[in-house]
Amino acid sequence: MTDMSVPAMTDRTKPLDRARALAAFKLGDSTFYWLTRASALIVLCLLGGIIISLIVGAWPAIKTFGLEFLVTRRWAPQLSPSPVLGALGPLYGTVVTSLIAMLIAVPVGIGIAIFLTEFCPPMLRRPVGVAIELLAGIPSIIYGMWGFFVLAPFMTEHFMPAVIATFAHVPVLNVIFAGPPSYLSLFNASLVLAIMILPFITAISRDVFQTVPPMLKESAYGLGCTTWEVVKNVVIPFTRAGVIGGIMLALGRALGETMAVTFIIGNSFQISGSIFSPGTTISAAIASEFAEASGVHMSALILLGLLLFVLTFFVLAAARLMLARLQQQQGK
Amino acid sequence: MDLSKIFRAAVVATATATASLSAQAAEITGAGATFPYPIYSKWADSYKSETGNALNYASVGSGAGIKQIQAKTVTFGATDAPLTAEQLTKDGLAQFPMVMGAIVAVVNLEGVKAGELVLDGKTLGDIYLGTVKTWDDAAIKKLNPSVKLPSAPITVVRRSDGSGTSFNFTDYLAKANADWKSKVGVGQAVEWPVGVGAKGNEGIAGNVAQTKGSIGYVEYAYAKQNNLTYASMVNAAGKTVKPTMAAFQAAASNASWKAEDGFYQILTNQPGEASWPMTAATFILVYKDASDKAAVAEALKFFSWAYEKGGKSAEELDYIPMPANVVSLVKAMWAKDVKTK
Repeated sequence: MTDMSVPAMTDRTKPLDRARALAAFKLGDSTFYWLTRASALIVLCLLGGIIISLIVGAWPAIKTFGLEFLVTRRWAPQLSPSPVLGALGPLYGTVVTSLIAMLIAVPVGIGIAIFLTEFCPPMLRRPVGVAIELLAGIPSIIYGMWGFFVLAPFMTEHFMPAVIATFAHVPVLNVIFAGPPSYLSLFNASLVLAIMILPFITAISRDVFQTVPPMLKESAYGLGCTTWEVVKNVVIPFTRAGVIGGIMLALGRALGETMAVTFIIGNSFQISGSIFSPGTTISAAIASEFAEASGVHMSALILLGLLLFVLTFFVLAAARLMLARLQQQQGK
Repeated sequence: MDLSKIFRAAVVATATATASLSAQAAEITGAGATFPYPIYSKWADSYKSETGNALNYASVGSGAGIKQIQAKTVTFGATDAPLTAEQLTKDGLAQFPMVMGAIVAVVNLEGVKAGELVLDGKTLGDIYLGTVKTWDDAAIKKLNPSVKLPSAPITVVRRSDGSGTSFNFTDYLAKANADWKSKVGVGQAVEWPVGVGAKGNEGIAGNVAQTKGSIGYVEYAYAKQNNLTYASMVNAAGKTVKPTMAAFQAAASNASWKAEDGFYQILTNQPGEASWPMTAATFILVYKDASDKAAVAEALKFFSWAYEKGGKSAEELDYIPMPANVVSLVKAMWAKDVKTK
């Protein structure tokens, strides 16, 4: 019986099998779809959860201080019954250290990337590249200790006095570079930060520079461009989005870096115009005070965390916007 | 349960992950003040070799110690700033002094030897207020006519974290310097007018050792272990004293300890010609009616051992053991208030 019905069966079962197979594909596909979708949603949920718990934790401080928290310079947790706490000191420190770090790290980082892709003899390319990437792997506390034991004494005894003396009679600059030099200072913290974020900028810039089609570059050289002109007019415009992405990643790291900064910034809530004086950042303030805080003090620290979150968010949003603008202009 | 409590519990839990994970067998867990950490760890060593029981003490700071005992992640908490009787009753905690120690001002000045520099509470307060800015300031010169002082700026080093050492230090400054009392006040964390913040006694010791022209305050043992230059102090009686065991004991002998108020006692600026002005006791907190009573019993066994046999090693590290009459008061309180079964 089986022999006889074989051709008939195959005829009949073919479309049936096909439907089943298709259904299996569909199931696999939709499982895959939901798995990936769930992974993406988990991130969103986490983010939402973090924001909500930050807001809940910060609520007592928001209620007590309101918007004044942003402009208050004092940080006096000892006052009872109600401590006076303000975010201006840590906000100032966070912005200033990140700014100085970026001012140093962006040109140097991009410079290294250009050297590696345009000038570097192939023999040197790998060792230098690996060395830069290794910088990214060093734990941040090591940077802090190095900054504390090696960089700080050198800066305080040799670099800072010279700078202070040089600008002593120049208006504005004599405030920014005012003495007395401090071992633990905004400037030292910025320098260490600059070294820490350098690998991000360099590694990403180098990778995107390598994506520039050789034909474009060679055509430019053929037209008689110098290397500088090729970099300025071909490489950088072609890779602008990637480079800015790398810079923003570095900025995000600089804004949030905690351990190394706590070690060398001096943890002082005072704001003085001088970058050679001690200061604090949001993350450093949280790291050094969280364990011992309670009540409104604790809540204020969580509010600081929320502020850092908002600050980082705005920086990233601004970067996106800038990128979109640039691309629009390119389109025109 | 509100979220801030969850937050706190989570923080405490991570901070003591190691301590609570290993809380099995006859291991006593505690957390708190960094000030007595050197002596607690020394005691733990000897206790372990004698009895086989281990003490796991996390030196996380007084405030954190109080929080951890409140979160019940440890068997005992340790704090330099005693809780008031009112707070103790509210939390159901028993408090007793374990050992006394002294805080010293340490400086990093080239050519100045330990004990050579003399400071008084007023001047120390002014340095920490930022009104005395350089080492050759008239106020310091007046106290030190024979010491060669540089015209370098003073780098003030203080704690960045909340601290019982800071509590006792600011308490002394408030007693000795009216400006300090009105402008800054007393607390485990205060609004420091000047200076750089360092974490823990060890952080201050490290910073002062590293920074030329700096001044800081640490528990005496930290000054000694790190070979830091300590300053002599003018005490409440107007006499210049060096940080010696005799001076610490003189300050401690003036106190009257009472079990009823949780042995609340702050030993700064004590009268007496020989008294060291910055003496402080450090306290232990345990639950009167703990859920794990066997653990409390183990902890009390250790403390009892420390009172009886730990005196010599305490003195070696320049802590002052509790006088015998205080110890008997403490033990009477244990028998009366702390349930171990």
